[in-house]
Parts: sequence; structure tokens; C-alpha cells
Amino acid sequence: MIRYAMVIDTKLCIGCGDCVVACKTENKVPAGLNRDWVVEATTGTYPDLKTEFRSERCNHCTKPTCLYACPTAATYRWEGTNIVLVDPDKCTGCGACIAACPYDARLIMNEGYVSKCTFCHHRVEQGLDPACVASCPTNCMHFGVLDDPNSTVSRLLATREHKAMHEETGNEPQVYYLT
Amino acid sequence: MKRREFIQLSATAGAAAMAPLTLTGCKARPLPGEGEVVQTPVLCNVCFWRCAGTVSVENGQPWKIEGNPDDLHSNGRFCTRGDAGLGMYTDPDRLKQPMLRVTENGRQRFKPVSWDEAFDYIAEKMNKIKEEHGQDRLCLFSHGSGGNFFRRTLRAFGSPAYTAPSYAQCRGPREVAFALTYGEGVGSPDRTDMENSRCIVLIGSHLGENLHNGQVQTWIEAVRKGATMITVDPRFSVAAGKSKHWLPIKPGTDIALMLAWMNVLINENLYDADYIARYASGFDELKAHVQPYTPEWAYGQTGIRPDVIRTTAREMAMAAPATLVHPGRHVTWYGDDTQRERAIAILTALLGAWGREGGYYEQENVSIPSFPLPDPPAPATNWRDEVQGDFPVAPSGISQKFIDASIGEDAYFKGWFVYSSNLGHTIPGVTEKLAQASQDLDLLVVVDTMPYGITGYADVILPECTYLERLDPMRNSPEREPSLAVSVPAFEPKYDSKPGWWIAKQIAERLDLGDWFPWDDYSEELDWQLRQVGSSFEEMRRIGVKKFPRQTPKYFAPGENRSFRTSSGKIELYSQMLADFGHDPLPVFTPPPSKPEGEFLHLNYGRAPAHTFGRTINNPQLFELMPENTVWIHPVAASTFQVSNGQYVRLKNQDGVESNAVRVRVTERIRPDSLFMAHGFGHNSADLSLANGRGADDQGLITRILVDPIAGSTGMRGNFVTLIPEEASA
Repeated sequence: MIRYAMVIDTKLCIGCGDCVVACKTENKVPAGLNRDWVVEATTGTYPDLKTEFRSERCNHCTKPTCLYACPTAATYRWEGTNIVLVDPDKCTGCGACIAACPYDARLIMNEGYVSKCTFCHHRVEQGLDPACVASCPTNCMHFGVLDDPNSTVSRLLATREHKAMHEETGNEPQVYYLT
Repeated sequence: MKRREFIQLSATAGAAAMAPLTLTGCKARPLPGEGEVVQTPVLCNVCFWRCAGTVSVENGQPWKIEGNPDDLHSNGRFCTRGDAGLGMYTDPDRLKQPMLRVTENGRQRFKPVSWDEAFDYIAEKMNKIKEEHGQDRLCLFSHGSGGNFFRRTLRAFGSPAYTAPSYAQCRGPREVAFALTYGEGVGSPDRTDMENSRCIVLIGSHLGENLHNGQVQTWIEAVRKGATMITVDPRFSVAAGKSKHWLPIKPGTDIALMLAWMNVLINENLYDADYIARYASGFDELKAHVQPYTPEWAYGQTGIRPDVIRTTAREMAMAAPATLVHPGRHVTWYGDDTQRERAIAILTALLGAWGREGGYYEQENVSIPSFPLPDPPAPATNWRDEVQGDFPVAPSGISQKFIDASIGEDAYFKGWFVYSSNLGHTIPGVTEKLAQASQDLDLLVVVDTMPYGITGYADVILPECTYLERLDPMRNSPEREPSLAVSVPAFEPKYDSKPGWWIAKQIAERLDLGDWFPWDDYSEELDWQLRQVGSSFEEMRRIGVKKFPRQTPKYFAPGENRSFRTSSGKIELYSQMLADFGHDPLPVFTPPPSKPEGEFLHLNYGRAPAHTFGRTINNPQLFELMPENTVWIHPVAASTFQVSNGQYVRLKNQDGVESNAVRVRVTERIRPDSLFMAHGFGHNSADLSLANGRGADDQGLITRILVDPIAGSTGMRGNFVTLIPEEASA
């Protein structure tokens, strides 16, 4: 499996929400629904504080519980990669995948099928970064192939402290946060 | 009956209702971009940074806007607001047709009229003002490059008076202070060389939340490279969160801190002695002046510990000259703002950072001859003397003085053009004055894309199309590298809206001033300008942005002698000009207004990255991201006022003014004596169907206006508020 990963530098993220707008316009996500979102986590007490901003989305887990939970095989992996997609024509909207996702990253479209972040595979196919990564004004988001040790994402993970969310689930999430 | 009653457009007979369009049963789900995609270059106008980008239209439907990689303002990356620019075009609440104030059966209302009717009315009124009062009695309020067209029409008519709230309500004191010190201002885009800074000092400037794109990019580049960040702010801003030192200063005491920094730099011999000796005058006066202002003295004023003041001063000196003491942008706070900005300018000189890598660089734009226009008529009076003679140092129009000069039967101004400026939401304390002025003016024309509050006072409302539907002036801003950028319409104008250039030209033609717009389409003027520098409109509409080589160095050469554009030719640490006008020649600390009796919090406001002032709250895409503001308070304050996180409250200032209901955000990220709210919310207008009633307006709560005696700007941090919990909180 070719592993695509997103690496987000929380030291540089300003929580501006541009990734959210860029995703919505690129992917024509209807009003009221989002495939990505920004979390602000502040710890400490005044005046000793730390604020971390995280741009969150589907983690494109290499062990995706959503995919295992789907009864109709509507959820599938894109072309031998870890990019998890949903085929709207096979999806019955049963919601099993939504319950199985540790990240609450799936949403139900107005038409009734389930949708989610695609890592912009239509852009990846053309050698482009996902829209959120490409538009981020702080350049704090990176995208690439983890199996290539020379990729930016591999080098960042090799040299910087990092974490992923809910690793305890064993899903092997592929969105990493530099801390 | 009032001469002008305030009218909400939704009360207009015949206002078009929009049916929501829904597509159902559409089976095919092509991937984005698989259809026919047409791209056009654009200059973003959602804020006034004017990033250059590309609009993509897929199968005739608006799709997205992205940055142009050749553009220094965006480096190919648009910000939150720029990416949501299509919402400015699709907003169903837009102004749709020209409107004229009419009185029928004793009631005033706006009547949809043709453009011809609107222009005839305006021309008739302008000629009447000229006959009765003189040709110089109209003025323009403007924000944004499109205002230039109306400035041209009014100049041609003989009314050159012009004001932008971006002076007296925003950057004015900074430009004045730097001009006094260095002979030139900071300008916009700001000439801060942050990508090369090794230390950056932010004083109340919340970069990141204030999302001027290119500036935020260079700042974050410095963060990435590990530059030392020092942030002075009563709030733990996003920038404070990326700083080595956060100094949660007592609001309004920044000058005290900076005097102490100067004291340390000078007394510990940490300043750039060679730079000062070569370029500056007044050092001995400065040295004597700052002697009393020790870190121990400043501690008592600011609450910042002396050791922290010393440590931060030393770190600034260690990184110098690559130390950028940021000048801020919205700097009209306490009425001593020119002096605070002078302190920043002086610190900059002590660090040797003006004209040096990592400090302030020398900007350059493309040298283009002006488009040939007739000579304007000589005005019978000088509007500066008439309107703002009490602020002789002010280089630009002072908006609130323009309003004052429009009130009364014998007022100087008799007619207004208001371009893209929602004055009631922009200038503090003018709600009643706007109502008064609107009684006394003979003509009030509003040109805008949206039915903001100011339209309620108009005689004539002219609906401009958005920046995505029009040609705008090209961009030739001074920058790191000179470059030109153009904006080409991606769409036909919606409804009966028209481009600003066309509107201004039509008015000029009605006044027999058509030779000021000697072409049929504005692209002809752009083409003439572009051909002067070896390009053409045809080329630019293809590439959007064109870079030109620098002709001058970006930094001072080592040991270079040079003259500054001050009266002495030196960097003036001590300002003789200020002394001559009766002001302090060196910055003096004046304590901020003290808290009234009872439980009150400092009213601090600022920017949020999702919005440009009040102009974008109704943008459907940005509204979704941030539909209302919150009031940040510390847990101690929450306990004092007995409110909890998420609860709605009203804010009431010391003069009894109350805000809309607004939600509380209880957070550690703020001093217990202060609150913070994002500016621009609290529209009360049914014409703005999304923004109406959402969140609270800081501007209405600002009643203690602290006028800067040098710049004439309106300090807006003089108010305190108390919290009144809402009974039925959501």
C-alpha cells in the first residue's frame, strides 16, 4: 500500500480556517457541511499558557475501522493507497461508518450518502497537493508519500516531535501534528 | 418631518425576492475540475491588501479563487477571506438597482430608478451646490482602490476634498510618526522585512488574527526560522502563543514599556552607536529624556517585571539590526498614538533597523507616467484649512472632521460621495452626527455593493458590481520587488450593478467633464499605462502579475551616508517639528483613563481572520465560518459578573450605551481586567439577512473618543464595559 500522509506544523498554524474554506470551495461542499475543521486547544493558566491549533479531517488510516464497518463496500481504498473514499452509488447512508470513525470525520450529504475528506485525490492524481495544503497561508501543512524517505513529510516526521490523534485505537491514522 | 429619515432597503416596495435554487436528482458526480474550466486574473478586494490570484469558473459556474504564485502579496496562497471571495459575488442581499429617496404620502422610501434618472438627479444637485455654495463643497469618503474613479470626477468638478477612515481610524498616527522621524511613512503593504528578522516585537499587533496575507506569511517565516518573538498584548493572542516572551501588559501603558526599553538600550550601551552617529539627530536629548524611565519605574505602570524588561531589551539588541519592532496597523488607541508610534520609530533607530535587513526595507514600485488628464479647476478655498486646520501635521483627510464640517446650515461641505465606507460602523461616536449631517447636506450619494447601514442616509444609492465583475485600477504597490497586477472581470455584473469606473465616468459626462475619462472602456487607460512599461492589457489579462527588476537597493549599504526626507536630513529622534507645533518633542508617557467606580473591564477589540471589519459578515461562506463574535473574559471576570461560558450577555459602557446580545467566551487567554471582542459584528439591519443582529458591535460602545492632538485620529480604547447577563440565554 502506498501511504499518503499529511503533516501539520502546530507551531506555525494560526487557526485562520483557510483550510476549511479552501476545501469547501475546491470540493463544492454544500453550506452547513464540512470535511475539515480547526480545533483550538489551550492549556495552562494565565499567564503561563499554550495554545495549539489543529486542522483536523479524515486520517486516512491504514487500518480504517470505517471501511471494515461498511456493509456495502461503499467505503474503499483509492488505487492501492491508504486514501479512503466513499462510492455514493453503493452507500445506503446506514451510518455504520460514522459510528466506527474515531474522528467524527464523516458527514451525511443532503442527498443521503456519506461523504468525507478525500485528500483531494483528484488533485493528487495531477501531482498537486490537497486544496487545504495548497492554500494554507502559513505553509504549515505538508502532504506526500510516507514510504519515500526523502519526501517532505518523511523528513519532517524524522526530525520533529510529533503526534497523531487517537493512536490508541490501532487505526494507524495518517494525519500527523508536529508539536 | 426629517429631511432624511433613515430607511432600510427591505422596506422598499418592489425589492426583488430571491428564490433558493436547489438541484435535486442530479445523479452524475464528476470530480471537481473535470468540466470546462475558464480562468481569469483577479485582484482580491475582500480586504485591501489586494492579493493577485485566479478565478476559476467550471461549466459556467463559479468554482474557486486561488493565489497567483508570482504574486508577492500572496505567494500563491490566498487567505481565508480571499478564498471565500465568491461569496461577495453570490450574496443574495447585494444592492441590485439604483435607488432614489422619494417622499410619497408623507413617507420617505427608496424607489428603484434607472441609472439615467440617478445620474440626472446627482448632476442637478451638484450643479446647484456649485451655484449656491461653490464647486469645492463636495467631498469623498472612500476605502478601496475603486474610490479613485470618484476622486477623479470630484477633482474635475473642483472638489478635491477626500478622506479615508483608514487614516484617522487606523494607520494615521503610525504614518505621521514615521514621517516625523524618518521623513517617510511605513506604507501599505508595510515595509517590514520580517522574513529576515531574527527578533520581532509585536505591540498589540495580533498578526495571524489580523490576516494581511503577505505580512502574515513573512512573520510566520520568521517563526519557522526560530526568530525570537516578543509579544506585548493584554490578551494571549495567536502571536503571543508563538512567542518566547508574552508580556501581558496593563492596557494603555505601552509607551512606559518602550521608554524603559530605550533606557536599557542606551544605559547598557546596547544601541547601534555607529548608526545613530551617522544618521540620527537628538540622541543626547533622548538619552537625558529616558533617564528617569527605568525598568523599575515601568514595572509600576505596566505590570511587566523589571527583569523581563531588561531581558527582552537585551534580546532585541542581540538580534539587531535584524530586529523588527512592528509598527502595527490599527493604532488609534489612547489618543497618544503618534507618540507611541514615535517610540517605536525611535526604538527602531536605536536598534539600527530602519533600512536594514530584517528591519524595515526600502520599497520600490514600477515607475509609470500618469495617464494624461486635464488640469483641475483651482479651488476657491483650501479644504484642509477649512476642515482640519487645527491638525496642521495631518497629511490626509480626517474623516470625523469631514462629518463635523457637514453639520449645520453654514457647513463647509454640502455634498458627499461615500464609496465603500460604512461610516457608522467605522468611525466611533458618529451615529447621531451622521443623522445630523444627513439633514443638512444637499446631496448624499452612496456607492457600494451591499446595503450597509450608511445606505439608510443616502439620497441616491448606486449599486457597484463586485470586484469579480469589474475592471479595477491595476496594482503597483511599493514592495520587495516592483510588480504590476491586474484584475479582469470573471463574471458579467449581476442584477443592474455597474463597475465604479463606469459610474464615475457617467457622472462626469453629465457634468460636461467627459474629457477626464477619455475612453469608452477603462481597459484602454490600463493599456496605455501598461504600454509605457513595455507590457499591454492583452499580456496582463493572460498573466495577471508581472515582475520588474529593482532599480534601487533594498537596504542601506554598510557605512553609507545618506540624507533623510526630514527637515534636518537626519533621523529625528528629537522632533523639532513637534516642538514647534507645541507637542512633546520626545515621547512622554501619559497614564490611560482610569477605570470607573464599580465592576468594569477594559474594552479591547481586534480582528478575526475570517472577516474584514463588518464588510464580510454577510458573505455566506465567511458567515458560516464565523457567524458572530464572542466576548473573551477571564474566569475571574466570569465569576465577578456571574456568567458562564457560552452565555449571552449585553455589554454596557460607562456612559450607559448597551450592545446587542453577545456570547461569552471564558478563557485564560486574557487579563482579568480586560475583555476582547472581534470588530465588525452587531449589524442591525434586516437588509443583511445573515449578519442582522448577530454578535455585538464594539464601535457603538466607544463613546470616550481620545483624539490624538498631532494626527487628529480617534483613539478608541478609552471605554470600559460591564456585563449584563441575558435572562433567557441560549
